[in-house]
Amino acid sequence: MKVADIVTHCGKLFDDLSFSAVKDWKAAVPGRKAVGYMPVYVPRELIHAAGMLPVGIFGGGDQLEVIQGDAYYQSYICRIPRSTIELGLTGRLDVLDGMLFPSICDVIRNLSGMWQILFKDKYVRYFDVPQNYQDAVGGEFYVNELKVLRDDLAKLAGRPVTDDDLRKSISIYNENRRAIDALYEYRAQKPWQAPTAEVYLVLRAGLVLPVEEHTKLVREYIAAADASPRAKRDNARVVLTGAFCEQPPLGLIKSIEMAGCYIVDDDFMLCFRWLIGDVPLEGDPLVNLSGAFLHRSAATASKYDEKKADKGRPLVESVKHYGAEGVIFAAPSFCDPALLERPMLQGVLAKHKIPYTAFKYAENTGQMAPIREQAGTFADSIKLWSAA
Amino acid sequence: MSTQPVNAAALGGAKPKAPVQKEDAMWLQKEMINANYAELASAHQTGRKVSATFVPGNLNELLMCFDFARSLPETNALQNGMRKKSGKMIMDAEREGHSEDVCTYVKADLGMMMGGKGPTGDPLPTPDVLLLSYTGCFTFMKWFELIRQKYDCETVMLHVPYQGDGHINKNMRDYVVKQIKENVIPTLERVSGVKFDIDRLRGYMRESAKSEENLVRVLQSAKHRPSPIDGYFGAVYYIGPIFTAFRGMPEATKYYDALWHEVSERMRLGKGPITPDGEMADEQYRLVVEGPPNWTSFRDFWKMFSDEGAVVVASTYAKVGGVYDFGFRHDPEHPIESLAEYCLGCYTNLNFPQRIDMICKYIDEYQADGLLINSIKSCNSFSAGQLLILREVEKRTGKPAAFIETDLVDPRYFSAANVKNRLESYFQMVKAKRVAAAAH
Repeated sequence: MKVADIVTHCGKLFDDLSFSAVKDWKAAVPGRKAVGYMPVYVPRELIHAAGMLPVGIFGGGDQLEVIQGDAYYQSYICRIPRSTIELGLTGRLDVLDGMLFPSICDVIRNLSGMWQILFKDKYVRYFDVPQNYQDAVGGEFYVNELKVLRDDLAKLAGRPVTDDDLRKSISIYNENRRAIDALYEYRAQKPWQAPTAEVYLVLRAGLVLPVEEHTKLVREYIAAADASPRAKRDNARVVLTGAFCEQPPLGLIKSIEMAGCYIVDDDFMLCFRWLIGDVPLEGDPLVNLSGAFLHRSAATASKYDEKKADKGRPLVESVKHYGAEGVIFAAPSFCDPALLERPMLQGVLAKHKIPYTAFKYAENTGQMAPIREQAGTFADSIKLWSAA
Repeated sequence: MSTQPVNAAALGGAKPKAPVQKEDAMWLQKEMINANYAELASAHQTGRKVSATFVPGNLNELLMCFDFARSLPETNALQNGMRKKSGKMIMDAEREGHSEDVCTYVKADLGMMMGGKGPTGDPLPTPDVLLLSYTGCFTFMKWFELIRQKYDCETVMLHVPYQGDGHINKNMRDYVVKQIKENVIPTLERVSGVKFDIDRLRGYMRESAKSEENLVRVLQSAKHRPSPIDGYFGAVYYIGPIFTAFRGMPEATKYYDALWHEVSERMRLGKGPITPDGEMADEQYRLVVEGPPNWTSFRDFWKMFSDEGAVVVASTYAKVGGVYDFGFRHDPEHPIESLAEYCLGCYTNLNFPQRIDMICKYIDEYQADGLLINSIKSCNSFSAGQLLILREVEKRTGKPAAFIETDLVDPRYFSAANVKNRLESYFQMVKAKRVAAAAH
């Protein structure tokens, strides 16, 4: 497939707020089930091992008219819970047999209880993760939480989820993680060949496609992108951070790129890159998933940093690893985790003399001119400094 | 009951106000809080270490075992709010780069720390240890990370899992117990240089249980007609010692004895609650309130209720530092397990169905006319989803509910005229419902 065809396909999946791909997947084999999950991380391996389709529900974007959802929230609450409720109340999520609400912030946490009340016939679980990273303390708690989730999903699926089922799923997700890592590496090496507006759509497809299909799609995109040379620009290389939950509109990503920035790393859809490297296949699969979570997982604002020195280190490493020249803090308005984290990360960047800029957005932000101007000024300043 | 003239200049206001009237127990708790600030101010000079921890899930008895002087950041922020000092502190923090969107308790605290002085004007030393009781509020985690980042404080995390399924299970309890034993106690021993003594902990917990017993009696006195207390504005004073640095101290036991004595006497005499303007003579409305109060205009806010004869008979805020009225007591026989249960059971650690059940129960048991939600801009833990609470409670109880919006300690978010309008409309609605009910 050509790049344009892949991107068009992914764009259609992205635009489809009725989740036709999920409906089609379910319809292909009677009895199939799908379970939704919100940002930032759930172990999708468990859903997969139960023979069900994990479906990422990352808000309604800028195309969904939110009417009912707004009636549930005050003006000072972020957008993603409103659009998610809108998706639910308008029947768009009827295709899901269950919903998982990960531990990310108080808003999503509370949404789990609201979902229990609003959608009484669905399986709903608040998925807690440890903030203590010792195997015998947080690890033991987490393994037990995983057991409960596995048992619940087995009940929903109507069949047991064995350790071998789980190992197979872990192996399949390891492959997906490798493909996505390869995509990120490729984009960082040749960002003009793989613009983030495209990479983003390819990643988004992974929210609704079966993981095997998504892995194939990612590999195809890398090959297709590399096969059709594009013009290289003198853009500033930036890491974008803060967008790990409510997603920016696609237009915002395009605006940043049009303003003269190459995004070489980001935290969109962190769930795909949460576990770093392969999860081992030998031994107890739940213990392996736990170990990966505790010791080899992404740093983000919803996780506790045990030591002061840990704060911002992964961001600085990302800047170095991907050869970035600056950082853009792009956080959703009223996002407590991202906005409380931001001054700490900015302090660390300042110590490392890494330039940064910051702005807020909402998933339905319509006016891109101010963001384009700010990103453009930032890119210019980087280029001027580096020239000096 | 006694009065004390208000020094308007000290409160930052130009117009002198009428003397504030308070119950004797209210004055007593004020003395206790001021004494604690004095203790904190001199802690380092007297060789004591200082701890900071949050109100929900605070392990006060445990901290006392290590001789810490104890600071509670939310209490500092609210005290600054009541003293009209928080506005500047918040703006100072915003100038330092903190977003206008985030919790004003955090910004008031950071602003206060920049100034180095606590609410009473005494110096407030940088804590030697931050006990991060991560209970029912995501922001707590970031809050102490921010303090650690700036002041390099030793920090120990106590992660308290959320009651997503509406109950406490063994896995959650064991996890909290393990953290207390393997992380919290060793850290506190190391920072303080004091060896942990479980019998000392048991002793404090015995005292805690006595105070808890009396607090519940006081709060439940509001079931009586007329209610001898206000279970929201008044309860702020009643929960002060037990939710903060005093639970487990003999002083707290004494305070709750005195308080219960005072309240039971008022109940016997058929008297209403003491408001800042005096005793409320005529109880017109009985309300349940969800959400924390506004602190910057606390007295004016209360007056909007008391002027209309509205008494809050129960509030969820009075359970934020511990839900005691459904039976929980600190248990000296199982001290660590009991501390874990306490943390897990705090109000904001309950899931939505539990919160709605609790409010409906209050409306029923306290014979309330309806529910009022004070939605706080700063507090997503409380506020996110409160409009669903409102609908569900109305649906289940048939009682009218209303919604107002304020903030904790940011004076920019308290619009007295708007709040008053909403309240007056609400009271009319309650009255109309009564008339309609009487007609049937």
